[in-house]
Amino acid sequence: MNKKPKLIASSGDSLRESFGKELTLLADKYPQVVVLDADIAGGTGIHHFREAFPDRFIQCGIAEQNMMAMSGGLAATGLIPIVTTFSVFMLRAIEQARLSIAYADMNVKIVASHPGLDTGPDGASAQCLEDLACFRSIPNMVVISPCDPIEMEQATKAILDYVGPVYMRTGRSNTQRILDAEYKFEIGKGRVLKDGEDVTIVACGVEVSRALDAAEILKNEGVSARVVNMSTIKPIDSELLKKCAVETGAFVTAEDHNVIGGLGGAVAESLAKNKPAPVEFIGVQDMFGESGEPDELADKYEQSAEFIVIAAKKAIIRKNKD
Amino acid sequence: MLQILPKSEFSKIYNAPIEKHQKLSLIADMCRLNTFVSVKKAGSGHLGSSFSAMDIAVYLYYERMNIVELGINSPDRDIYFSSKGHDVPGLYSIFYSLGILPLEKLLKLRRMNGVDGHPEINIPGIEASTGSLGMGISKGKGMAWAKTYNKNGGHVYVLIGDGELQEGEVWEGAMFSAHHKLDNLCAIVDYNKMQSDNLNENIMGLEPLADKWISFGWNVLEIDGHNSQEMEVAFNDARNVKNKPTIIIAHTIKGKGVSYMENSPTWHGSLELSNADFRQALLELGATESEIGEIINE
Repeated sequence: MNKKPKLIASSGDSLRESFGKELTLLADKYPQVVVLDADIAGGTGIHHFREAFPDRFIQCGIAEQNMMAMSGGLAATGLIPIVTTFSVFMLRAIEQARLSIAYADMNVKIVASHPGLDTGPDGASAQCLEDLACFRSIPNMVVISPCDPIEMEQATKAILDYVGPVYMRTGRSNTQRILDAEYKFEIGKGRVLKDGEDVTIVACGVEVSRALDAAEILKNEGVSARVVNMSTIKPIDSELLKKCAVETGAFVTAEDHNVIGGLGGAVAESLAKNKPAPVEFIGVQDMFGESGEPDELADKYEQSAEFIVIAAKKAIIRKNKD
Repeated sequence: MLQILPKSEFSKIYNAPIEKHQKLSLIADMCRLNTFVSVKKAGSGHLGSSFSAMDIAVYLYYERMNIVELGINSPDRDIYFSSKGHDVPGLYSIFYSLGILPLEKLLKLRRMNGVDGHPEINIPGIEASTGSLGMGISKGKGMAWAKTYNKNGGHVYVLIGDGELQEGEVWEGAMFSAHHKLDNLCAIVDYNKMQSDNLNENIMGLEPLADKWISFGWNVLEIDGHNSQEMEVAFNDARNVKNKPTIIIAHTIKGKGVSYMENSPTWHGSLELSNADFRQALLELGATESEIGEIINE
């Protein structure tokens, strides 16, 4: 009786859609999975799951704190609850996530759509630029931000296999496939997508494709940039960062998030401890966004490839001065 | 190139010898028309909610509140904001009709350097940045408490959606407001019975709604939210009642004014409009064929 979506995430699928479809495909293998929604299933991609498994779908209404705390109760019985809404609304339930989920080390997966400026025309109130920082600071919480539909599919399976609380970002706008079939996602591991010697660009989410574009521009200007897809923000892959510090000696971090406390913060903390190197931070410079299309917002808020290029050159100059 | 009904048309209607309530209804439909044009131009925007709340917001701005006389910066002004916020395209069109928002901003809805998809405090006339549901009564009661404390005049009117009554914070705000006897606070529920995904009753039921508010200690009134005569009675009551906040449960129709949108959840959110749908809506909102020609400029 279960209707399964025929679709496998195709090129151009948004991360929220590929998450919703993949979870639905996996649901038979993971009978403990139940999904919680706060009246926004059509926006988070989880409507695919609702159609296929209505008896495993819990409509919580527009009541996110209630939903978040409830998931801790569900997990206490052995179920694997998937909490879904927009990332900005996850912020209002952060204390419930802290106490009901993380403190008790409950096996809950918090999956948030509409992160960052990628949210676009809805404007600042809906553009969440603080979630990575907030959830990263909660003990026991793993924080993940995949970059394309292939990685999203793999990450969806990986968080179900991992036992413990996870916060994962999806994304609103359509995303190109940038990874090949051999790509292997693993929680806690960064991946070098493009090798280089002069500087390392560490990116997550929608910024990964912009980082790859930046590396192409830099190559034409005679600069060899390494690109790391750091899809796990916590725990951060300190070994890989140390290796990159030794081999390239300069960094740019790129994220669709405030430059405070997110990927850039995690990278800087790790480098400061293990192998200090100059870091330039691409992201929103401690501001709120506004309505606009994702690409024009990326230009205005200095997240597009051109700004990564400028930051990379700055980091290299700083390295050479030392 | 889409056109907007110019501000002069609103002044003409406002000064015409037409019966007051008929006039308000006409102005509301003209604002719906301009909302529709701006959303069509933006390619997305929340029409259903803009239209269900339109008669209430027009009544407040044109008949009830002192903003036009005192100006948008007076500490004694009445304050209105929508807690759900996604109905802001409707509010922008009212602002435009009153000369608060310039045409070039209205025409850049949801675009950069235009006006945002949800209310933003940096836009003149907007009283609160909203859009995350359930926070409006809390914010409004802060304003109402401060007005009393600062010995300022003016009422605080907060429009809230029905779906957002599911947020726990609404009821925290409700308790505080009654406890502190905030009789300068008036909430209005845009009770169109429908939220983003489905009917309230299929998501998480709200009834008995009036009884809930009565038990929380509020002055509770129920009206037809598209009837300005009933609004007049209710808002008079809200102004006169002492030691209690008022909530007006306004029964409305989501997408009011356009037949294919009325009571259809499809029109909650951000959808592309076909030209045929657009033309039909303009007709139903009272535009003549020649006006439609000018609006669409074919």
